Amino acid sequence: MFRVMAFALGLLALTPTVRAGEVQVAVASNFAAPMKAIAAEFEKATGHKALLSFGASGKFYAQIRNGAPFQLLLSADEVIPAKLEADGLVIPKSRFTYAVGTLVLWSAQAGFVDERGEVLSRGNFAHLAVANPKLAPYGAAAMETLARLGLKSSLQDKLVQGENIAQTHQFVISGNAQLGFVALSQVMKDRRIADGSAWVVPAEMHRPIRQDAVALAAGRNNAAANALLRFLREPLAMAIIQSYGYRP
Amino acid sequence: MFAAANLEAILLTVKLASLVTILLLLIGTPIAWWLANTRSAWKAPIEAIVALPIVLPPSVLGFYLLVAMGPQGPVGQLTLALGLGTLPFTFTGLVVASVFYSLPFVVQPIQNAFAAISPGLFEAAATLRARPWDRFFSVALPLARPGFVTAAVLGFAHTVGEFGVVLMVGGNIPGRTRVVSVQIYDHVEALEYGQAHELAILLMGFSFVTLFLLYALNRRVTTLSA
Repeated sequence: MFRVMAFALGLLALTPTVRAGEVQVAVASNFAAPMKAIAAEFEKATGHKALLSFGASGKFYAQIRNGAPFQLLLSADEVIPAKLEADGLVIPKSRFTYAVGTLVLWSAQAGFVDERGEVLSRGNFAHLAVANPKLAPYGAAAMETLARLGLKSSLQDKLVQGENIAQTHQFVISGNAQLGFVALSQVMKDRRIADGSAWVVPAEMHRPIRQDAVALAAGRNNAAANALLRFLREPLAMAIIQSYGYRP
Repeated sequence: MFAAANLEAILLTVKLASLVTILLLLIGTPIAWWLANTRSAWKAPIEAIVALPIVLPPSVLGFYLLVAMGPQGPVGQLTLALGLGTLPFTFTGLVVASVFYSLPFVVQPIQNAFAAISPGLFEAAATLRARPWDRFFSVALPLARPGFVTAAVLGFAHTVGEFGVVLMVGGNIPGRTRVVSVQIYDHVEALEYGQAHELAILLMGFSFVTLFLLYALNRRVTTLSA
């Protein structure tokens, strides 16, 4: 028994306490891959450490309102940062658009999705995955695209919804949905679409998916938070963001 | 009283939990009987498999079910070969996942109830020329009744409270896979806290009343038989 307790205490002692050079960032699921790359460059350039939490922006909103210890939020939309601003939970004037998302219709099967997305009107599939349009901007953009194509009602019965864009991607990559609307950043590797087949949805099919970042009031005196906010707008970070298929 | 979408989720949840409870009593009883009576070396591994959902995070269970029931998974290949299509995103898929998820909550109380029956009673019944099936239905089942009540209530309540697994295999389709717990999550994410409260309070009340009745009833049974 004593040994177990000593072991537990040892573990506690190992958990790092928050140092001055750390910033806790809440990051939208679709931005997970580029943000990991940016965080690595950020650490190299500044010596500060960025601790990343990935999730749905709506959940982050509820957590931040209830005292979550994040200093920065990289939201999947522009609505939630604006709401936090209205709630007085952010550092005034810190909000800016860090990326504009690109929507892609993607299938894990090679040759299933053609370059113009005409597979949608052929309808030879059982399930089309989209992110929940009420919660995820990529889901809302997908529904706008279907409406523009005049396919919204005919495909209604085939729609399955992921709670966020990460789960939507999981539905498609596991083959449970033959195709789905996901973020281009999720299927890009080394500047190209690595597997399956895809139609990159043209920008004019839906309202732009503006992803806003905001500095939270909790990070007011955090040097690492301020440095990361600046770093996100530097050419190096912007190049990484665009290499994952985000529009400038 | 409830918004239409919330009501739809409530009805779907009740339908799912009722069906799952009935199936679990049918599947769980023979498993519990076997576990309570066997001396086989397979007893411990089977007990461990049945109990897995108690300790596994629902995300693990849900993820494996999604992969297993998908077109490349073993279950998916079987259902495809049978011409049933794949199970994720269907009500049937939710039923299958929930049966697995709530299995220990039904098997364990019944198994304990069977194990508590004195073997002397079966021997007495046998001397009265009761055949094995007769002994099961006229001795074991009535004596194990409190175990069955506990099993049914816990199986139902646990299925109502299920979230992670449904989220992974459901696809959030209104009227087919969008149950109350997922609907609450949706409302919270969409910042519709009022609507979330409406359902969350209902679920709290239901869970408390169910467990309260169960414990009160069990106490009465124990006092009566003591």
